[in-house]
Amino acid sequence: MALVCLHGPLRNLAGGSATHNVDGADVRAVLRRLEDLHPPVTGWILDERGVIRRHINVFVNGERGAERTAVGSADRVEVLPAITGGAS
Amino acid sequence: MTELLVGTKKGLFALEGEPGSEFEVTSRAFAGEPVDFAMRDPVSGRTIATVTSPFYGPKIWFADDPDGEWTQAEGVALPEGGEHALERIWVIVAGDSGSLYAGGDPGVLFESRDGGATWELNQALWQHRVDEDWQPGGGGLCLHSIVPWPGQPDRLAIAVSAAGVWLTDDHGRHWRRGNRGIRPRYLPEDAPEDTFQLCVHRMERAKRDPQRMFIQFHGGVYRSDDAGESWSEIGSGLPSDFGFPLALDPGDPDSAYVIPLTGDFDRVTPEGHVRVYETRDGGATWTPRGEGLPADRAYLTVLRRAFDRAGEGSSLQLYFGATSGDVFGSGDAGESWFTAATRLPPVFSVTART
Repeated sequence: MALVCLHGPLRNLAGGSATHNVDGADVRAVLRRLEDLHPPVTGWILDERGVIRRHINVFVNGERGAERTAVGSADRVEVLPAITGGAS
Repeated sequence: MTELLVGTKKGLFALEGEPGSEFEVTSRAFAGEPVDFAMRDPVSGRTIATVTSPFYGPKIWFADDPDGEWTQAEGVALPEGGEHALERIWVIVAGDSGSLYAGGDPGVLFESRDGGATWELNQALWQHRVDEDWQPGGGGLCLHSIVPWPGQPDRLAIAVSAAGVWLTDDHGRHWRRGNRGIRPRYLPEDAPEDTFQLCVHRMERAKRDPQRMFIQFHGGVYRSDDAGESWSEIGSGLPSDFGFPLALDPGDPDSAYVIPLTGDFDRVTPEGHVRVYETRDGGATWTPRGEGLPADRAYLTVLRRAFDRAGEGSSLQLYFGATSGDVFGSGDAGESWFTAATRLPPVFSVTART
């Protein structure tokens, strides 16, 4: 199982824990499984299309990942709010 | 005592006060987050707010009071696995049967029958959106106006920028367009008369004559006397017929208030002079109402949901907020104005209740 690390309000939505062991072959599958395990997370990281929200970054073992990035059982998937704002 | 719920770029502010003097900020919620709209459900008394986190997307929240504990509402999403994602909830309106309606981007309508705790997408309107080529305005494809029909809960009108006016007589099972007579200046003169790329900015219905409706359009102010089936232009007496918000006096079906901006090329109050314009004859004539409002070097922008009223007739109260962070009010139906708040974050929406 991959180790998913959550920050900010996502921790509280996922039962108050920062780390979760989750199955899934790629980033989208891991995050969908996380939603199954913790329904309040639904809609906060992935939108209805299954796309990672624009100002959320997902890293797999420290490298920027996308929905289809492969995830192995020993991988670390970190979900972080991105830099945003400053334009208006 | 009047309560204002002011949605801003940096949180929800609850204000309380009496007309004529500065209001007190009694609470701030969702600090740092864009609060698009907030209102009180007249049935439950709950406060309901729409928040679009730049990180986590649009959500609806509810609480017994603005300074209380907020709970996220359920069902505020589009069907999973489609081509669209919910971008923003623009407005929440109480229906006539205890329902609440929420309108948002991309052109979506939700209904709640439990005081805002759970919401259901209106599938029939959504199917129009999926099947037809609805075009967004500059603010997105926003469903911003929802106008129930007093005493007839199955009849509803909605307006979308830029997909025009839509009407239902069967509680949203079927929808038809209500755009006859609207003439957009941003399309060629020989554009098809039945175009629905219509940038309505705000729509309201007269409480005592529900056939009577008003629109602030993207260039043009219109009146309908047949419940939104057709429209006549009534903006000729205004310094500019471009603007966003609109408010009516529930006690007078011939009344409307607009806040003109210079034009779509310069979206500020004309000549640095803030004035609300009032009609009491269905738009035949307009009277400027600016006593107490900034009259010099005041280049304000007032957004479409940042204008509301409470009460009616001679005790009608009017309130509007600007992106400057100022909130202005009138306790005498616009005859005179006072400053209710200053130096708030940019104001997105204002709702008032007494």
